[in-house]
Amino acid sequence: MAREVKKAVDTALVDKIVAKHRTREGALLPVLREVQDSLGYLPQEALERVALGLGLSLSRVYGVATFYSLFYTRPKGRYMVRVCESAPCHVQGAQEVIDALIRELGVSFGETTPDGRFTLEKVSCLGVCGVAPAVMIEDRVYGNLTPESVVAVIQEYR
Amino acid sequence: MSNVKLTINGTQVEVPAGSTILQAAEKAGVRIPTLCHHPDQDIKGVCRVCVVEVEKSRTLQAACAFPVAEGMVVRTNTPAVREARKVIVELMLSRHPQDCLGCARNMKCELQALAQELGIRDVRFSRREKDLPRDTSTPSLVRDPSKCIVCRRCVYTCSEVQGVGALFPAYRGHEAVVVPAYDNPMIDVVCSLCGQCVHACPVGAITEHDDTEEVWEALADPEKHVVVQTAPAIRATLGEEAGLPAGTLVTGKMVAALRRLGFDRVFDTDFTADLTIMEEGSELIHRLTTGGTLPLLTSCSPGWIKFIEHFFPELLPNVSTCKSPQQMFGALAKTYYAEKFGIDPAKVFVVSIMPCTAKKFEAARPEMNSSGYRDVDVVLTSRELGRMFRQAGIDFDRLEEEEFDKPLGLSTGAAAIFGATGGVMEAALRTAYELVTKKELENLDFVEVRGMKAIKEATIDLDGTKLNVAVAHGLANAKELMERISRGEGDYHFVEIMACPGGCIGGGGQPIRTTNAVREQRIDAIYREDRRMPIRKSHENPAIKQIYEDFLGEPLGEKSHHLLHTHYTPRKRV
Repeated sequence: MAREVKKAVDTALVDKIVAKHRTREGALLPVLREVQDSLGYLPQEALERVALGLGLSLSRVYGVATFYSLFYTRPKGRYMVRVCESAPCHVQGAQEVIDALIRELGVSFGETTPDGRFTLEKVSCLGVCGVAPAVMIEDRVYGNLTPESVVAVIQEYR
Repeated sequence: MSNVKLTINGTQVEVPAGSTILQAAEKAGVRIPTLCHHPDQDIKGVCRVCVVEVEKSRTLQAACAFPVAEGMVVRTNTPAVREARKVIVELMLSRHPQDCLGCARNMKCELQALAQELGIRDVRFSRREKDLPRDTSTPSLVRDPSKCIVCRRCVYTCSEVQGVGALFPAYRGHEAVVVPAYDNPMIDVVCSLCGQCVHACPVGAITEHDDTEEVWEALADPEKHVVVQTAPAIRATLGEEAGLPAGTLVTGKMVAALRRLGFDRVFDTDFTADLTIMEEGSELIHRLTTGGTLPLLTSCSPGWIKFIEHFFPELLPNVSTCKSPQQMFGALAKTYYAEKFGIDPAKVFVVSIMPCTAKKFEAARPEMNSSGYRDVDVVLTSRELGRMFRQAGIDFDRLEEEEFDKPLGLSTGAAAIFGATGGVMEAALRTAYELVTKKELENLDFVEVRGMKAIKEATIDLDGTKLNVAVAHGLANAKELMERISRGEGDYHFVEIMACPGGCIGGGGQPIRTTNAVREQRIDAIYREDRRMPIRKSHENPAIKQIYEDFLGEPLGEKSHHLLHTHYTPRKRV
């Protein structure tokens, strides 16, 4: 399992983030962003503090968090691997790259490797169709990938 | 407000500005099908079943949400409208399980009715059912998210009417589903188990936990002495299960039908409602005279109890220690009754017929075993009892009326009104007035605490002592009242809370369909029952007098303390 699971949530930190935003209208989204930046994802213990602090039900906070694809309610790996599934990447051989990634990481989309290092995710378009097929790892984009080169890229993060 | 004129299907209609097309169509006598729309809820406009053509509008518009305008021309029955509605409902059906025959809501399902109304015979889309696990974690409710059509009606009820917010739509697009946070089982969240979501749900995505099988088994077991108690609200609603109009009183027929089912004794929760008044009234007087914690909050409604345990645990010392009438009955059936009639209490099996899904949870609470056994063995809702009557072939409307068995079947008008919001308060006032003033109460009707108004307040003069009382029904109203009390406002002495809108007649276990209009008719029936009773004050119930003489001693006495009173458990706020 990913390391984050065992770590106790720093609720005082969450309370501080809530206090910073609570008076502004639409405080929930900025609070969720900051909590995720601090904790890596949005664990239940943290969202309970958010719900209490903002006077919202936990189910509502969870509903908002799960609506946006960039909020994570489950722990994610150290590195986010985002694969473009749009048409331009597809026609340039994205499926072979995806197959290679799944083989290399041993997980499918939405899952995290058992060592907690990588989370694999599909995204719509990275906006770099000129270098399709493309993959983004954390904030870096890798283009013109082949099944071989994507494995080499992953090795850099091992 | 000014009126606007518009044309619907060629007919001119005039409605107040700000009305929706749906409201205007109703006035014009034009039916527009709806699904996410609910008469007691705000506009959602999410299902799109009510689409209509509006001239000069580029696309079809949802009638439930679209405001009327002067000179607007609306058409509700064109090929484009009919086709759009069909496509919308077929899309829902393509994702909805096709097990209607085995569904608890079969024949009472709005999606099913809609498919019939629109003449849908085939679904043109490939089937892609959601395959989500059923949540059977609570003894009260079963949630089947695979059947959920994401209309958000339960969400509105849970958040806005009940102020709980246990359910909310999560995820997105075709994955969207209404769930508790983190998909937690219902037993681990702030749900009060009131079951109002069942009434909101148009399909079978939330239903009561069906316990009829256990009752059939007990009835078939010659070793068991099976007694049944019926809650005050059941006699005013059960008729609807037999197709009778809302507001029909069926007390005597209900008793007759229960005997036909095979119960050994047919008793009445009204008896212990009277007993509750004795105990709770005495508790109130005790707290008033000894400087106890005030206001005293009533404790009959188990949805309310679970709610306050979650949301206002600091106010738990205010809650009456009295068990609910259901639990008092269970404790006495396996002690007093068994003793008096020489029956082995281990063989006494207590079934309650309740308007309520939370009562199933209440009966299962670990502390509810003061008789030495589980005090109440099975709780059935009025819907489940209706089901048993149908299975047994009992057309109870055709039976001759019969009387409850003695002594746990004797009751008063004061007990009957426990079924409606304000009823516990009114019953308590009838008794408290006479106990405190030692005078006869001239007018028994405390009309200021009756009816569907959100929060009702009154001041009663007990011969110089002013008693400030308040009544709330629906948990959002209860929350508002508790916030007032927390702020030190109101100076109340006694507060009645019922978890469900309208009180128990509107409970989560009551017949489908329960709307506020239906609730009003049932409330009328409850007060008719009160007027028809020869005795209308709890302390004048001869069986109550006798149980104190023979068994309990006095209100708040040692035996009462052991059998009739309880304690509460603070729970998580989120």
